[in-house]
Amino acid sequence: MSVFRNVANIAKQLVIGDKYYYMWLGFLGFFIFLGLVAYVQQLYEGLIVTAMRDQVSWGLYISNFTFLVGVAAAAVVLVVPAYLYNFKAIKEIAILGEMLAVTAVTLCILFIMVDLGQPTRVWHILPFIGAMNFPSSLLAWDVVVLNGYLIINLTIFLYILYRLAMGKEYSMQVIGPLIILSIPWAVGIHTVTAFLYNGLAARPFWNASILAPRFLASAFCSGPAIMLILFQIIRKVSRIDVKDEAIFKIAELIAYAMCINIFLLGAELFKEFYSGTTHMAHVQYLYFGLHGSTSLVPWMWWATILNVAALLLFLNPRTRENFLTLNAGCIFILIGVYIEKGMGLIVPGFVPGALGEIYDYSPTNTEILVTIGIWAFGALFYTLLLKFAIPIYTGELRFRNKEAPPVRERFEERLTAEEELPPKEVYVD
Amino acid sequence: MSRKIRHNAMGIKLDRRNFLKGTALGLTASALPTKQADAGFLDAFFQEHFREMSKEEIEEVLTRLEKEYTEKYKKNVSVQATPHMPGVVFGYGLDLSRCIGCRRCVYACVGENNQSRDPQIHWISVLRFKKGEKWSDLEQSDKYYNPAVVPEPGYFYMPVQCQQCKNPPCVRACPTQATWKDPDGIVVVDYNWCIGCRYCMAACPYGARRFNWGAPKVPNEEFNPNTHYLGNRPRYKGVVEKCTFCVQRSRAGKYPACVEICPVGARKFGNLLDPNSEIRYSIENKRVFRLKEELNTHPKFYYFFAT
Repeated sequence: MSVFRNVANIAKQLVIGDKYYYMWLGFLGFFIFLGLVAYVQQLYEGLIVTAMRDQVSWGLYISNFTFLVGVAAAAVVLVVPAYLYNFKAIKEIAILGEMLAVTAVTLCILFIMVDLGQPTRVWHILPFIGAMNFPSSLLAWDVVVLNGYLIINLTIFLYILYRLAMGKEYSMQVIGPLIILSIPWAVGIHTVTAFLYNGLAARPFWNASILAPRFLASAFCSGPAIMLILFQIIRKVSRIDVKDEAIFKIAELIAYAMCINIFLLGAELFKEFYSGTTHMAHVQYLYFGLHGSTSLVPWMWWATILNVAALLLFLNPRTRENFLTLNAGCIFILIGVYIEKGMGLIVPGFVPGALGEIYDYSPTNTEILVTIGIWAFGALFYTLLLKFAIPIYTGELRFRNKEAPPVRERFEERLTAEEELPPKEVYVD
Repeated sequence: MSRKIRHNAMGIKLDRRNFLKGTALGLTASALPTKQADAGFLDAFFQEHFREMSKEEIEEVLTRLEKEYTEKYKKNVSVQATPHMPGVVFGYGLDLSRCIGCRRCVYACVGENNQSRDPQIHWISVLRFKKGEKWSDLEQSDKYYNPAVVPEPGYFYMPVQCQQCKNPPCVRACPTQATWKDPDGIVVVDYNWCIGCRYCMAACPYGARRFNWGAPKVPNEEFNPNTHYLGNRPRYKGVVEKCTFCVQRSRAGKYPACVEICPVGARKFGNLLDPNSEIRYSIENKRVFRLKEELNTHPKFYYFFAT
């Protein structure tokens, strides 16, 4: 009985909200609906409604997948200092990063699903019931590590929330090993995804060993940039307090990551242009156009400009600790990395093609609508996670539990405690 | 600029009408499985991996498919699953000095192997190069040449199709083992197992794999009813296909359709293990090379210049 009541309590939490909350849900719902309609059309007519063809056989969907794997991996930026170095300002918000990781991996899986020609056969990829080509296929590896990452982060997140909802502290002895495991695992999901492209000798643009390090460096820019923006929104609309100290610390990490990212990109560009072999054609297509095909050129230059601008903003402590320039930098990074690591990574891998063909890919409306729909779903998913996680985290929402004091009492206790005591360590290890 | 990248390559605009059409089609599509929830649909859904099925199970599948195709194409369709012959590894030779770029091989292949006519799928790409210019990296090639008469002065031609690698990167890439190399060296695809992720297409250095972006269409009267499960039987929307050296013909002791049609005898085919075969003669007496040898894929497709 009490299980039902508890679930109902949480479910009720999801539908309670002010006018803006409903408007937000409606806004997301609208785009999810559009995306769904576009996807159903794609399901019916086939992937021919996309601009992908035999020459460029992956496009916008796989670009988004790649970007989001980076976002998921970057959740460790919070986990590492929070739990290992016991950096308290970040520790209190690490759970928000774990939720972002869960959301991002979910979106990765969705982007793969919409890219499949035969989505109902997806079980063929699973071990035991299907015929997973493990360890030979890197895509099989990706299935393993992404689902593993999802399970690890979901476990940490649900365990912490469950303990808090029961009015108890969480035990580091239980989740400590999982948190330690999640750190190399996060590096792993991104390395495996880079190897997915890296391992293909047929595509010289991807077949560069610098790809995995570049992936990680750009992930540690884009993931934290999303988090910085989310934190500012969350502390505005909820009772969770994210300290400026934590935000500036993460911004500092972004500055280092962006330095490495730009350095690695420069190393790659030097090798391509100075040695000037036929493999240069891909980079040439990307930055200068090839045989009159220039569709990616302006985008790449914008990405470069934005990334460099963001680097400058984040390097200087004065602009890093000013919220106007900080947020501008975050947005620059998001756009810059999204272009560089999305379409700027996938498309030139295929252009010129294996037989030298140049096919100018630009996504169709169907692809764009499906993509927006999935992103809207992600925003909805994260919103709903926050909606029940935040009140549990702040102590406003509790399971009915005989051992713990009733909800109202706990709530008031927390409120007074927060008002009276300066930053206190609520959840001890 | 932003308008440019959003420019729709296919010219499809999602106006209200298409939008509604899409919705309606979608609702129909989601209703389909229940409407067709007969044995055939479920059998196809739960069908095992080809190489994990017993002889009886394969027989059952072949019978089911024959019935399905016979109804669809109004022809008596046979679906074989002829296994490889022991002591045979197929090899292919192509004499570049003879090829005139007529593309008869391309269309003979389409007719024999039931490739979709709309959208058009070709397993063979004939590349045209200007004589005396750089050609080994293929970037200067033209696949869409269209003169009134071939051969054109100043040009030469190089047909490319699946190279049936001894070390195929596509097979390694496939996450579901839906494509594999049979003992006679032919790389095949199980169209009932492929999930359509297209990783094999990214992995292929020869641009040899084709995807069914839309539902494949072959007119009934042009449909070739002598099919092989791993070769020229009808394909599904959303799966990958490729050249199989005409597995339905070569395993029955015949030449592939492209070899048979070539008007200048540029194409050679045979058993690499038979010292008296035509392909062995070409390898031993001509100066052969293989495409992109540096990738270590070991193609069983040999190019040479006879003159």
